[in-house]
Amino acid sequence: MSYLDLLKLAAPEVLVVLTALVVLVLDLTSMRGLNLRVRLGINGLIACVGCAAAIAWLLVIPAQGQVAGGMLVADSLTALVKIVVLSLTIFTVLLSFNAKFTAHVGEYLALVLFAAVGMMFLVSAEDILMIFVSLEMTSLSLYVLTAFNKRNIKSAEAALKYFLFGGMAAAFMLFGLSLIYGLSGATNLHAIAAALAGKGLDPLLVVAMVMTVIGFGFKVAAVPFHLWAPDAYEGAPTPSAALIASGSKVASFFIAAKVLMIGFAGVEGSAAWRDYASGWMPLIAVVAGLSMILGNLAAIVQRNVKRLLAYSAIAHAGYAVLGILSNDASGTASLIYYVATYGLTVVGAFGVVSVVENLKGDSKLTDFIGLSRRAPVVALCMMVFMLSLAGIPPLAGFFGKFYVFLAAAGAGQNLGLLWLVILAIAMSAVSLYYYLQVLKQIYVVEAKDGNQGMEVPVFSQAVLVVIAILVVGLGCFPNLLVGPLQSCLAATGH
Amino acid sequence: MKGIPILTILTLLPLFAGIIVAGLGEQRKLARGIAFGSSLLSLALALLLWRSFDAANGQLNQFIEQHQWIPSLGIQYFVAVDGLGLLMVLLTAIITPMAMLASWNIADQADRRGGQDAQARGSNGYGSHLFFALVLFLQAGLFGTFTALNFFHWFIFWELSLIPAFFLVRLWGGSQRAPAATQFFIYTMVGSVAMLLAFLAIFLATGKFDFTALAELGRTGTLASALSAKLGWYSLNTGALTLIIFGGILLGFAVKVPLMPFHTWLPATYAEAPSGVTMLLTGVMSKMGVYGFIRILLPIFGVQLGEPRVQTVLLSLAVITIVFSACAAFAQRDLKRMLAYSSINHLGYCLLGIFAVAKFIGPDADLATQKAAALNGVFLQMFNHGLTAATLFWFVALIEKRSGGLRGLNDFGGLRKVAPIFCGLMGIALFSSLGLPGLNGFVGEFLIFKGVFPLAMCSASLSVIGLLVTAIFILTILQRVFNGPLNEKWAKFPDLSPGEIGLLLIPIVLMFVLGLYPRLVLDVINPTVVQMVEQLKF
Repeated sequence: MSYLDLLKLAAPEVLVVLTALVVLVLDLTSMRGLNLRVRLGINGLIACVGCAAAIAWLLVIPAQGQVAGGMLVADSLTALVKIVVLSLTIFTVLLSFNAKFTAHVGEYLALVLFAAVGMMFLVSAEDILMIFVSLEMTSLSLYVLTAFNKRNIKSAEAALKYFLFGGMAAAFMLFGLSLIYGLSGATNLHAIAAALAGKGLDPLLVVAMVMTVIGFGFKVAAVPFHLWAPDAYEGAPTPSAALIASGSKVASFFIAAKVLMIGFAGVEGSAAWRDYASGWMPLIAVVAGLSMILGNLAAIVQRNVKRLLAYSAIAHAGYAVLGILSNDASGTASLIYYVATYGLTVVGAFGVVSVVENLKGDSKLTDFIGLSRRAPVVALCMMVFMLSLAGIPPLAGFFGKFYVFLAAAGAGQNLGLLWLVILAIAMSAVSLYYYLQVLKQIYVVEAKDGNQGMEVPVFSQAVLVVIAILVVGLGCFPNLLVGPLQSCLAATGH
Repeated sequence: MKGIPILTILTLLPLFAGIIVAGLGEQRKLARGIAFGSSLLSLALALLLWRSFDAANGQLNQFIEQHQWIPSLGIQYFVAVDGLGLLMVLLTAIITPMAMLASWNIADQADRRGGQDAQARGSNGYGSHLFFALVLFLQAGLFGTFTALNFFHWFIFWELSLIPAFFLVRLWGGSQRAPAATQFFIYTMVGSVAMLLAFLAIFLATGKFDFTALAELGRTGTLASALSAKLGWYSLNTGALTLIIFGGILLGFAVKVPLMPFHTWLPATYAEAPSGVTMLLTGVMSKMGVYGFIRILLPIFGVQLGEPRVQTVLLSLAVITIVFSACAAFAQRDLKRMLAYSSINHLGYCLLGIFAVAKFIGPDADLATQKAAALNGVFLQMFNHGLTAATLFWFVALIEKRSGGLRGLNDFGGLRKVAPIFCGLMGIALFSSLGLPGLNGFVGEFLIFKGVFPLAMCSASLSVIGLLVTAIFILTILQRVFNGPLNEKWAKFPDLSPGEIGLLLIPIVLMFVLGLYPRLVLDVINPTVVQMVEQLKF
């Protein structure tokens, strides 16, 4: 392996890192004196251009291969997931153009980009060391991003909770991964699977597996490792919360699926009704079921839209786990489609929340009253996002759920996961209630203090409209994403 | 007409009009105008379809549009109509403007109720623009359901029609609207979920979502073997497994029609919904279930429908539905609830016809004429009941408007003396519902019984009790409300205004036309029926 090969494979990541450095240096040197808006605008644009360049690189110069025994693997599938992550990052940056929570623009944008780099490496990793390192890189950036609103005590509280829980989860995960290394003598996922093959499920492996699942469960905010999510979502500056909920979710789910499906191949067990067998499947089936139930039921009583989105995120993590449970190519495809469209929708929803926050100072449900008359375009976008999250056709959320449920029902021989699918469908009917609560505030409840228009920056509106169009478009023509996904999966032999 | 995706346009028109209307906000008059204009345009489109429809062709391939959508999942965009689809599209197009007219002043009504109720609705009630937008969305869902031939988007439209209906009941209904709407939603949702799961299982076994392709598999028996090969569920044998899948889909439709004992949501929902919405619910949405029976269950699961055990159960349920709902209607004291039960009764005849047809479906099955008669009757009954029931609920809406919300059987009396035209026209509609020869209701029921008697003698004979009881309770309405001594309270009961007469005459004239000259419809549906009977050989 030469460094040139490494550079070829890691070029998109390098591009993003360079962009982060450029943004940081520019902001700290030549732009010191300019006002906040201008700095955010220029640096934000640079960040977006950097991400876009990385996307273009991935599209135009597709790299194939791996270095150092799976430390960094590049193929068409990882490229696709990276494109999703980068697009979500771009949208996050675009939506923070009107942010007022910080004066440290350079640091803020650099951290967003570093988090994105972490996610990209995470997507590419097939080695537990690299997985842990990139997971930590993402997490550390996200902890700081959560705490970025120094004027708000809640932001600090949220970050501390996120950090403490995260540190704990990382410790668990590291312990689990070290046990795996001890058991198998390998760090590469394929090598681990080969070493574990035929040994069955010894108690040490169970401990290792549970600990690893705890680590991932924390990252994707699945019950019972979800406790940080509502506080972090509520306290964090809205764009940071959007990144935690979207890009980081996509990458974490992808890598969790990889570790479980590849690394623990052979010890799946079975979560089928009446055909239970120990392994990671029953483990995450329980996590999925609990997430769906608790997330949806707890979301009903929330009075703050960011908290509501946090509980809904927990529930969606539950649905997405169904994709992992299918443990086959269509499961992976459905998982990626699901988390990608979910990420997109949730970025849009947080964008609307940040618009409302900028004008009303808070994101309580009652702050959304009368939005339809004050800012009809934003309200319409919010309707698209909420209905998509609820899984109403023809939006992206509907096809995502449909696809995941289909994959889960089809997994295994005899519809063994049907019980989980039925639970998921029942719970998504419940979820309709709280998403409609938001829409009720926006469209139905009359404002007491009149209906004076709201000044919504044209730029934010345009970004929101683009996201909404994407959500509708991916819902009406899911093949735009499913087609490439399936050809990538076929090409990489999953 | 070649090359114009007219069915897609038909479905998208109300959808876009609905979005525009919803966005209009406070300009209520304009919103209402656009909504009504859109529904008239849909009607014109439907009539255009009717005109350019090739009546001699009974295949399910007219105005066909077929495009790849999600190839990896075997999902196509596939729409087409035959006589049945066309008839249902036309019915939807006719009933929707009627329902809009019946709810013309819906927002004012909500205001007038005033007091506590208005408080609960926010300061001035929900805007009527929202009402009309929801009606348009509902219409789009209905058009989509009646034209889609691929499960994926068919199901989207099926669900899409449920959501606006829920809100129409929930937001504009009577005092018990909340529990009624919730019950409605939960019942139909459970039915839909059962159906969705069944279709997922079918897809996993066959890789197909296409109704026509699935019908082919069902006919050749490949479907059952594919199901057992793929799903082998807890060592169930093929028959039992297929029966479970069939049961899931059956449940979805049985709730929607409804078939007793899945009907308990209906009286409450019909009674609490504003009358305009009830017109849509009974006029068109209940037909979705019957349509599903004919389009999906009969061709795909003919074997299961025809199985003797299933036959016994279903035929008994149909008879029970017919007789008990007639008796239940007789026991009601609220006009809307009476008509609600009467709706169940009338659709019971449709189900009786369908189940009886499914009785003889062997490869050498004869009795083709009888089956064709029964199915023709079912189609006619669907259309006629839609027209008649919607008109009756319109009359009830007018009564409510004049009486300030009263609609009890015993609240009135002798209205004939003060409002002769009103009573005359409503009387005609009631007689049509009763099945008086010369009016439309008679033709369908006659054909159903003509066909069913040789097919399922016993059930048909028992069902006649339903006809008798229907006659009794409808005559009771006539007697209590229109005749007898005039209730002094209503001495100033206003008769129909010329405008109302003009509008109501349209469905009334249609009733006469279809009663005296049913060939108008029969010519269009008969080739379809013949084709269906031809294919019902398993």
